[in-house]
Amino acid sequence: MNRELIFDVMLMLGLVLVPIWAHFADEPFIITLATRAAIFAIAGVGLNLALGQGGLVSLGHATFFGLGGYAMGILASHAQSYTAITDWPVLIEGTKSMPIIWLVAVLVSGFAALLIGALSLRTTGVYFIMITLAFGQMFYYFAVSWSAYGGDDGLSIYIRNDFPGLNTLDPIQFFLIVFTCLLGVLGFASMLIRSPFGLSLNAARQSPERVETVGINPYHLRLTVFVISGMITGLAGALFADLNRFISPSMFSWQTSGEIMVFIILGGVARRSGPIVGAVVFIALEHFLGGLSDYWHIYLGALLLLIVLFARGGIIGLLLGQGRVHD
Amino acid sequence: MPYLLIAEQLLNGIQFGVMLFLMAAGLTLVFGVMGLINLAHGSLFMIGAFAAAWASAASGSFTVGLIAALAAAAAAGALVEVVVIRRLYARDHLDQVLATFALILVFSEGTRWIFGSFPLYLNIPEALSGSITLPGGIRYSLYRLTLIGVGLLVALGLYLLIAHTRLGIQVRAGESDREMIAALGVDISKLYTVVFALGAALAGLAGALVGAIQSVQVGMGEPVLILAFVVIVIGGIGSIKGAFVGALLVGLTDTVGGLFLPSLFELFMEPSAAASAGSALASMSIYILMAVVLIIKPSGLFGAKP
Repeated sequence: MNRELIFDVMLMLGLVLVPIWAHFADEPFIITLATRAAIFAIAGVGLNLALGQGGLVSLGHATFFGLGGYAMGILASHAQSYTAITDWPVLIEGTKSMPIIWLVAVLVSGFAALLIGALSLRTTGVYFIMITLAFGQMFYYFAVSWSAYGGDDGLSIYIRNDFPGLNTLDPIQFFLIVFTCLLGVLGFASMLIRSPFGLSLNAARQSPERVETVGINPYHLRLTVFVISGMITGLAGALFADLNRFISPSMFSWQTSGEIMVFIILGGVARRSGPIVGAVVFIALEHFLGGLSDYWHIYLGALLLLIVLFARGGIIGLLLGQGRVHD
Repeated sequence: MPYLLIAEQLLNGIQFGVMLFLMAAGLTLVFGVMGLINLAHGSLFMIGAFAAAWASAASGSFTVGLIAALAAAAAAGALVEVVVIRRLYARDHLDQVLATFALILVFSEGTRWIFGSFPLYLNIPEALSGSITLPGGIRYSLYRLTLIGVGLLVALGLYLLIAHTRLGIQVRAGESDREMIAALGVDISKLYTVVFALGAALAGLAGALVGAIQSVQVGMGEPVLILAFVVIVIGGIGSIKGAFVGALLVGLTDTVGGLFLPSLFELFMEPSAAASAGSALASMSIYILMAVVLIIKPSGLFGAKP
């Protein structure tokens, strides 16, 4: 276990030192890559709670990623055009303040996760996978047909939103904001896993009948973790929209859901830093293979196949010489 | 609303439904017999469409295109089963989802690599172009009517295959107890390959038939795949009958929702707002249908109790 802690510390140090080096070497593109990786890692940490701890294979987490993004897009676009979102029953205006946008993003995604989870968790196994996928598609088509906010074309926000006391347009400052969010989310997730809630959730994954026998309702545990997981992924969506200053229905697409899941698997399921390793490797592959060939998804697909078939502990499992944490 | 328009839209809904059935039948068979969730089923649909477009352009015959689609999809299905899928039966659903997601990446980018990013076009055969007048004065596209006929014939054929042939007996036995039929001397791995290739061929057929009324392009399979998932969730996973009923329900909800919801909203909203709200709700209507079915019957209309 100690080796994993050392590995995690080195990983986080690497993730923060490379952009700082890039800042002094005047390589803003590398900082942007690292920011993308950190944002994807937050989304992955969110899904990893549901998937690794709860055993809930959700193929619809793009829903929450997209809702977070659209929360940012809608609030910021109204602030940009000085129009109110609605004036009835109360006046609601847009905002460019990141903390408020994040709060809205987290609440909206949490609420959506509560609704989707309450329905989807009535089922298990393969039904659950397909239903979460279908709900994701529902939001995707809704976003495509929602012409008030760009519809199919998406929506641009011209100036990045503000954070009190910082210049968010400076790449390294924005990266540090994202990195702090990642640390916070990671700390929260580790705490949650060790808490009585996390332990009973783990038990409910392994043996729902026994958990039920001692008087805990597995459905409530799963719904709670699904909501928390959705909230974290929603935060990542808002940050991703901040980074690109652009939102589009593709944030809701099923490929996004698949990619968030890929981060976890590349790194290692149920590992604390699995999604971070996965997101970093994914971004690195996208950058280097994408530079070599337009068809880099073939190699990504082949690599993913090899990992799923032959290296079931993911990259961390390979490096630390351990198999899966659990099935 | 004119009666002729409604009738035409209902037929469109049925046509869409039977094509969804071709996709859903393969998915539900593979899940029922092997317990496998296959995201790459949409890629087989795409392979069928590309093979048909390529072969019919090269030979000038739509029939050759159809045969090529069936052969290419079945061959791709059998190959994938032997190389990859076979290792996944004993794994959990997460591994199956990821491995088949990886297959989608390989298939989609591979197709883009071979055929390029521009869509191909597959022409409706000469003999089936144009429209005919049905009883009641409805004018309807002959090709779409043929699709309905083909879909219903395949459904009937599948029913006969499953209910009345030796292969069908083995498939049904495999669904209820796979250890037992292996112990009785059935070559289970060959059976799995055959079932997988059969599902793939159905998906390829659907791809080729639908390819003639839309453009043939990379990524065309996934939207259909997700609708096919909705179909089998509604119908109950593993049930061919459920897939048929679910496919017709989804097909009709999709077209009828798109037709009626905007005009329904016009009753109490201004026209432009009604059109956008109506179309937004119409695009969500099949998922709402799925949610309603799940609330009432969590294992689908014809699914076994979990």
